[in-house]
Amino acid sequence: MSVANRPVHRPLSPHLQVYRPQLTSTLSILHRATGIALSVGVLYLTAWVVCASGSYDVYAKFQAFNGSFVGRFVLGGWLFSMFFHLFNGIRHLFWDVGYGFEIKDAYRSGWIVVAASLVATAISWIVGLRLI
Amino acid sequence: MNSDLRSPLNRARGLGSAKSGVHHFWMQRLTAVALIPLVVWFAISLVMLSGADYGMARSWLSSPFVMVLLILTICIGLYHGQLGMQVVIEDYVHNEGVKLALIVAIKFIAVFFGLAAIVASMRIGFGG
Repeated sequence: MSVANRPVHRPLSPHLQVYRPQLTSTLSILHRATGIALSVGVLYLTAWVVCASGSYDVYAKFQAFNGSFVGRFVLGGWLFSMFFHLFNGIRHLFWDVGYGFEIKDAYRSGWIVVAASLVATAISWIVGLRLI
Repeated sequence: MNSDLRSPLNRARGLGSAKSGVHHFWMQRLTAVALIPLVVWFAISLVMLSGADYGMARSWLSSPFVMVLLILTICIGLYHGQLGMQVVIEDYVHNEGVKLALIVAIKFIAVFFGLAAIVASMRIGFGG
């Protein structure tokens, strides 16, 4: 094996399982998970526009899925992902410009993000389903 | 005189600067900022449109204001999404060939869906 192809053995950071789950680490991985979900979600949104540009029957099939139990579950998860990624993304932007790095502030902003996401999702569902 | 103490081989292996290091970071933040108002608008619209039938959805989609904002939301969302997915792939996929193939695939998918959204939106708006 040539020198250039020889694998580089760099030291590894401690593995995930030695850490106790904390709010900060949990929200960090949740940001990534919701980001992946939203990447798929934007494809679904495109599919909605494409179906709406098609015939009545095509759109009806799409809507039937949205109205089903699985569809509702997917849309509900999507909405939560959207709000969480939005609010936590704003938290990240504050970090990018240098604010909120104290441990106390990171926890406070974290709980605000959790609360805001849950409240926004709940309000969306109550208004969306015309419950009030 | 070369002031870098590393050998050229060591620098190449460490994936040293290609002089565009912050481009990905900057575009991710730029699209993130753009998406804040767009996602707020979209989430409110989605809730208001909940339960809309074919006609209602199409009449909403055919408004020029909605067309502009929705195309922006989808295209910037796709761009932001593929930047994020690229990082996820780079973090977890360690086979160079598979990694490259996946990164190429997500970029192609983003462009394809972006164009599909634009064409579909215009087809509704301009009555095709």
